[in-house]
Amino acid sequence: MTPEAPPLTARRRATCRGVLPGFGLSLGYTLTYLGVLVLLPLGALVLRASSLGPAGILRAATEERALAAYGLSFGAALVAALVNALFGTLVAWVLIRYPFPGRKLVDAIVDLPFALPTAVAGIALTAVYAPTGWLGAPLAGLGIEVAFTRVGVVFALVFVGLPFVVRTVQPVLEALDPHVEEASAVLGATRLQTFRAVIFPELWPAMLTGFALAFARGVGEYGSVVFISGNMPHRTEIAPLLIVTKLEQYDYDGATAIATVMLGVSFLALLGINAAQRLARRART
Amino acid sequence: MSAAVSSLGRRSVGQRVQDEPPAARAALIAVALAFLGLFLVLPLALVFVSAFSEGVGAFVSAITHPDTLSAIRLTLLTAAIAVPLNVVFGIAAAWLISKYEFAGKSVLLSLIDLPFSVSPVISGLLFVLLFGAQSPLAPLLALADVRVIFAVPGIVLATTFVTFPLVAREVLAVMQAEGSQEEEAALTMGATGLQILWHVTLPKVRWGVLYGVILCNARAMGEFGAVSVVSGHIRGETNTLPLHVEILYNEYVFAGAFAVASLLASLALVTLVAKEVVQWRARRGRTPLRPAPEVGA
Amino acid sequence: MSVEGIALVKHFGGEGEVAAVRGVSFQAPAGRITSLLGPSGSGKSTLLRMVAGLEKPDAGTVHIDGRDVTRIPVREREVGFVFQSYALFRHMTVADNVAFGLRIRKRPKDAIAKKVSALLDLVQLGEYGHRLPDELSGGQRQRIALARALATEPRVLLLDEPFGALDTKVRVELREWLLRLHEELPVTTLLVTHDQEEAFELSEHVVLLDAGTVAQAGSPTEIYERPANPFVAAFVGGANKLAGDRDAFVRPQDVGVRKAHGEDGDHVAIVERLVRIGGYVKLSVAMKDGHTITVQMPKHEFDERGIERGDRVLVDLRDVKTFPRGDYAI
Repeated sequence: MTPEAPPLTARRRATCRGVLPGFGLSLGYTLTYLGVLVLLPLGALVLRASSLGPAGILRAATEERALAAYGLSFGAALVAALVNALFGTLVAWVLIRYPFPGRKLVDAIVDLPFALPTAVAGIALTAVYAPTGWLGAPLAGLGIEVAFTRVGVVFALVFVGLPFVVRTVQPVLEALDPHVEEASAVLGATRLQTFRAVIFPELWPAMLTGFALAFARGVGEYGSVVFISGNMPHRTEIAPLLIVTKLEQYDYDGATAIATVMLGVSFLALLGINAAQRLARRART
Repeated sequence: MSAAVSSLGRRSVGQRVQDEPPAARAALIAVALAFLGLFLVLPLALVFVSAFSEGVGAFVSAITHPDTLSAIRLTLLTAAIAVPLNVVFGIAAAWLISKYEFAGKSVLLSLIDLPFSVSPVISGLLFVLLFGAQSPLAPLLALADVRVIFAVPGIVLATTFVTFPLVAREVLAVMQAEGSQEEEAALTMGATGLQILWHVTLPKVRWGVLYGVILCNARAMGEFGAVSVVSGHIRGETNTLPLHVEILYNEYVFAGAFAVASLLASLALVTLVAKEVVQWRARRGRTPLRPAPEVGA
Repeated sequence: MSVEGIALVKHFGGEGEVAAVRGVSFQAPAGRITSLLGPSGSGKSTLLRMVAGLEKPDAGTVHIDGRDVTRIPVREREVGFVFQSYALFRHMTVADNVAFGLRIRKRPKDAIAKKVSALLDLVQLGEYGHRLPDELSGGQRQRIALARALATEPRVLLLDEPFGALDTKVRVELREWLLRLHEELPVTTLLVTHDQEEAFELSEHVVLLDAGTVAQAGSPTEIYERPANPFVAAFVGGANKLAGDRDAFVRPQDVGVRKAHGEDGDHVAIVERLVRIGGYVKLSVAMKDGHTITVQMPKHEFDERGIERGDRVLVDLRDVKTFPRGDYAI
């Protein structure tokens, strides 16, 4: 062995590479379960989609009503995710940085959208923001309509997406080394300068991840939206609702085409989320 | 709000020299609380207020209506099947992914995350296409006289599909964080795979499993989109609680709809409390849980 | 019950903290403590894990008591393993931890209880059976891990940096305690450590590893007195490397200095720095050829000579180990 020997290569110790028993059993069980529950249904979709052919999918998926529905689903999800990126980060900041009475309770409430069935959220939001509702009435007085408009769709998606941003930003905020901010202050930075130059660069990857998660969830959301949106074709009809409508009319091909387009976009969104998380990890190390 | 600012919490982050001025803090807290109030608290409060808007009698009769009771039974049945299935799967998948290196692991992880990134409506559609009237399987199912779509099996399948990542992801996160040294130690002492799983691994990850069960159960009982597509909305037969809420609401039986919704909202509150308790116990046992169910796809 | 490794090889893909082993043969005599010593990344822990069966070697064989156990799974190898982090079962009491291997083997309850209490007494923690591991100090956890490993009466005891996570005082105490324990219970023991003092104090046989190969194996005296190659000479005793066309090393305590009185030549140096550390003094002296070497001498000797910082001194190299250049291959 000479000193020019190639550099040492190694691997994590946390895993133990097949020494523990049970590989065959757990692999077999996992694959069978996923096969029946995921691959088989997915196969049914692929089969149906391929029988339509690319031209058929394109034709069904690009009719005007469908395009309007995508526009609303993606557009409203985008706006809602932006709102959440901003306010979700603010909520996370307040919860981590400022002690106030009832903070633990507020922190627990943030997970409400994860726990509350979407249909319940849907009828509740509708009732709150309907023209006769608790908030809908005063807003109507100001000439603002929420329920049964596109704004209502955004409101429902803000509700649904909020915890994604808060829960991704919170751990990053908590892990921030306070000495870094103190160092910045000692060097003469104002609080705002410190936020811009020291805190925000640590925070944005998490904000981006939370944004992407909230967006992905918003695009596919159904239960909380269908009640408040009013479901006017071309105007306030979201893409998932269009799939349901097509299914109710036994238009399986139309439903499959729209679903295929949405799955494609979701897949791209997932790639985006993974990229954002890789970026976040790299930024943190 | 200024009173809120001056009181210090027990957490490590107290008032530091380098913090924002009190007025700015108060303003930020106020904005955050207003935001949460408008979007989360107000709708929740409205559910309970509306449930009793026509009196306790109306509430009770809505809850005890045979269709409601049948919806409760179906919802409980669905969760009772989906949750245990997903627990066993979650433990097997987490063991597989955390203990071994093998090709295709990331593909497997993506498959597990799939239901998170798919619209619930599409999840339902998948099963309609697989088992519905136009499916290649349809003649076979007809022959065996098995109904899946517009029947209970479809509801259970769709619910299981939508909720299985919740347990698997949670258990996996804890298993990965805990590492494998205790399992290796048990192995050197002569334990078999099952003995290791039962005596070492499961006690280590039990809070993760329980956390996953809580999340999975909440979603299983509350799932709307996927179940709506496969159910067919047959009253007294294929109606779960969330679907029943929809029917009542669409028939303008508002108080009834909110009465049934208040049951589900109570379930959500119980879920939140149970989550906090498990998180607290896990922290005490130094088990790291994932911060949120669906974060970290 | 000896342990033998023959031509063991283990490579890893990816990155991380586990080092490769590139063809290691070694022997650990029966009933003795053998140390696997080396810097981090030398492959010593990987080697130990291969002996336990926690890693499968890419090539080579492991023999316990003359029998080839390479294909025998971990659970049938009858080894006791103490992890650096102890890997105690946190949800079990101390007594349940120690009893684990026996319960797995379905020993009768009263026999287990008796054995556990004997072992707890042996590691001087008889009163602690009902505690949880989190309620013990580091040194106590270490001893419990040892008791747990000994419970099944293993043929071989494997210790992976057993004192690595402890502070210096506890480490020194436990070292002496381990020696006494081993006298009482002479199990064949393999000990992985990066601390040469620990290896020399605890073991009669030391296998010194460097970058996944054996640099030298032998008694502590052999390794100290007759290093086989420049790596060993430099690693053991913190030796100074000297200038010249051959690899030459000298240990700080093998260098003498006294005040120079007008002499000149290659052996005259300037004292750049001196530090008093308890009973001895450490000096850095700059040689004429530009090298700085470290000198260590007893305090009383130093005080007699009246040396101060900046003084010119005569350097006397007493025990220089030299190796021909280019003979780096092992």
